[in-house]
Amino acid sequence: MSFFSTRFLAASALALVAATPLSAKTFVYCSEGSPEGFDPAPYTAGTTFDASGHAVYNRLVQFKPGTTEIEPALAESWDVSEDGLTYTFHLRKGVKFHSNDKFTPSRDFNADDVIFTFERQASADNPWHEYISGITYEYYSSMEMDKLIKSIEKVDDNTVKFTLNHPEAPFLANVAMPFVSIVSKEYADTLEKAGTREDLNNAPIGTGPFKFVAYQKDAVIRYQKNADYWGEAPKIDDLVFAITPDASVRLQKLKAGECHLMPYPSPADIADIKADPNLKLDEQAGLNVGYLAYNTTVAPFDKPEVRKALNMAIDKKALVDAVYQGDAEIAKNPIPPTMWGYNDAIEADKYDPEAAKAALEAAGVKDLSMEVWAMPVQRPYMPNARRAAELIQSDFAKVGVKVDIVSYEWGEYLKKSMEPGRKGAVILGWTGDNGDPDNFLSVLLSCAAAQDGGANRAFWCNQEFSDVIAKAKATSDHDERVKLYEEAQVIFKKDEPWATLAHSTQYVPMRKEVTGFVQSPLGDYTFENVDLTE
Amino acid sequence: MLRFILTKLLYLIPTMLGITLVAFGFIRLLPGDPVLLMAGERGVSAERYAQIAAQLGYDKPIWQQYLHYLGNLLQGDLGNSLVTKKPVLAEFLTLFPATVELGLVAIIIATVIGVPVGVIAAIKRGSWFDQISMTGALVGFSMPIFWWGLLLIILFSGILQWTPVSGRISLMYFFPPVTGFMLIDSLISGQAGAFRSALSHLILPSVVLATIPLAVIARQTRSAMLEVMGEDYVRTARAKGLSPRRVIGVHALRNAMIPVITTIGLQIGVLLAGAILTETIFSWPGIGKWMIDSISRRDYPVVQSGLLLIAAIVMIVNLIVDLTYGLINPRIRHK
Repeated sequence: MSFFSTRFLAASALALVAATPLSAKTFVYCSEGSPEGFDPAPYTAGTTFDASGHAVYNRLVQFKPGTTEIEPALAESWDVSEDGLTYTFHLRKGVKFHSNDKFTPSRDFNADDVIFTFERQASADNPWHEYISGITYEYYSSMEMDKLIKSIEKVDDNTVKFTLNHPEAPFLANVAMPFVSIVSKEYADTLEKAGTREDLNNAPIGTGPFKFVAYQKDAVIRYQKNADYWGEAPKIDDLVFAITPDASVRLQKLKAGECHLMPYPSPADIADIKADPNLKLDEQAGLNVGYLAYNTTVAPFDKPEVRKALNMAIDKKALVDAVYQGDAEIAKNPIPPTMWGYNDAIEADKYDPEAAKAALEAAGVKDLSMEVWAMPVQRPYMPNARRAAELIQSDFAKVGVKVDIVSYEWGEYLKKSMEPGRKGAVILGWTGDNGDPDNFLSVLLSCAAAQDGGANRAFWCNQEFSDVIAKAKATSDHDERVKLYEEAQVIFKKDEPWATLAHSTQYVPMRKEVTGFVQSPLGDYTFENVDLTE
Repeated sequence: MLRFILTKLLYLIPTMLGITLVAFGFIRLLPGDPVLLMAGERGVSAERYAQIAAQLGYDKPIWQQYLHYLGNLLQGDLGNSLVTKKPVLAEFLTLFPATVELGLVAIIIATVIGVPVGVIAAIKRGSWFDQISMTGALVGFSMPIFWWGLLLIILFSGILQWTPVSGRISLMYFFPPVTGFMLIDSLISGQAGAFRSALSHLILPSVVLATIPLAVIARQTRSAMLEVMGEDYVRTARAKGLSPRRVIGVHALRNAMIPVITTIGLQIGVLLAGAILTETIFSWPGIGKWMIDSISRRDYPVVQSGLLLIAAIVMIVNLIVDLTYGLINPRIRHK
């Protein structure tokens, strides 16, 4: 028998096994991009997390659906020591890992898996640290887990103790994030023996609501319901990601019934979706902010009164209407109103060109000309930066400030906007990772983030502000934290290193028959609770 | 003949070397770099940046990186993607059949329609058929592919519901890839309706991809035919009293086909360029979309090795086209 026909027969046999027609409850999600891989630890894209972390895996704790509150997951409960330095997690018993054709777990999930998950990212000496050449753990490093975690100990099979170097309140929110999804140590050992370590990234084994079945690159990902799921078992039998990069095509597929739900509709299509009797639209305030960051180290933008005057000159209402098609809330604080700790008592910038002009004169600013940077890419927090820059340009012209709009290729934009001597104000934004205010305020506005490639594009270093948020980060008393963050927002508003522009609304269009989908404020797409009604 | 092929193959070596240099340099000349794009809005500290750059070997002088790349190439190592961390060659081989399938069907459509249209337009020069078809060709040639694809989707998939919107086959069918060609694999799978589904998914994207080559081929055939029709030997053939069918089919068309075949060969490059947009619109998992994604993420290894592979294929196709001249035209064969 020739090679081809052997292969042919083998394939036909496989096909017969795999050919069981998809059962009635197949849920198709038209995802917008391809996952980078299926190991959630080394990657940073939301698309990857939806396909790996959220579908296949669980974390020690998780975000309650639709919120950023923490609830138990693979850890049933946890104790925090008085000094906030020790977290002891009591692990859930009887949780089964998935199996595939090469692996069947011989034991339940336990403390070894937790330690393996963290250590392979933390320690360069771990044999699994670089199990694929060139792999790095960007989230572990950028969330500063390496600086935070001093040690992880196995107390017994079902108890793990984390010791931290300093108290950090957002720690629990960090371990709810996809990059620390719990992977099976036993699976890793099996792969090691078989010499196929890269399968940790190709054929994921988790404890999550769906088992990974197959991935056809750039086309389709298939999952099956995990019947042994420790939580409530999914109501759908099969989950399919149909990768569809173009937003208009995604909508056509949704309308034609080729998929049930899609992310990121184009803002121009919203009205059309609302009018379609077969579709419904879920909307939620996004956990994001779009802003214009001045360079607070360069004259005249080093003066708060100049920044405040310019902020008064921006017609934010017109900007929200034109750039976000009205689907956004005008921002007055650097954190969105859906986040705890939001200070609603703060007064928004008034739109008053006359007063702005007078204030600029009083500050001794004459014939000012400046650059406004427009991002070349679309983001949910900023769907059309060019348009926003043009509006700001015409608003500033009314108060006698001449604006040149500049733009660079995205990578270059990110790089040049980090250069300390940068001229001009930069349009940028942020979408929260874990729902903690610290994830906005520290990352974007602390003194530390103003140096060395950090994300503080205003280079604003207000020691009082930095101290307050540092204190809030180290406190585990929630009410105390709320108070501190409210105070931090007052300091921010006093200085106004940014013009806060908008918090955009997230839309998720789906077919009428879809029930149970809960939008995540973090922009995750999870399907364990969805169902299809006839 | 063998010597002809060998000489042509030898020419490929310096060309390929040139391509490695261009591809390697070109992607690095673009502003922006992969580490910064990975870090995104969050930014990256200088220390961490240096660490990652060192791990990827991007801290070395550029000529060293190039020599390292060439050395690996000679050992058959095309590198790993920075994004997926998978070997470039494996990714290419997974995706390439999809592009070939789409491209082949498109070029068949373009030739089967384009050549007869060109011939008829030439014979009936100045007629309404000539005018309409050549205007149509001009419009087709100038068509923005993205807009055209979306228009067809909205009409045929949205309003008329004759064809599926995108993808290669209905999600109902699930079988492991054997050849990577969906038409063949669906037949092999033996699943009822699979072939039909694969075919229906191919129609719109291949029509969109065929549009520009079809226009070019039709116009080229027309002008080549017009030129040949004025030649002495055609007049002689007519004078001999041969049937118009024989005059056009044997004496004129065969001679007119030489430039047309060159054109068809050159359309391979156009097809690959068109595939980038067509694949993106129709969610077609091929190399066009793969290259675009890699360029926008500055995935250096994928771009430089991907371009090399694509260039090699285009050159081989052109070589085959050169060889087919001989089949059509004995004068070239005997030279």
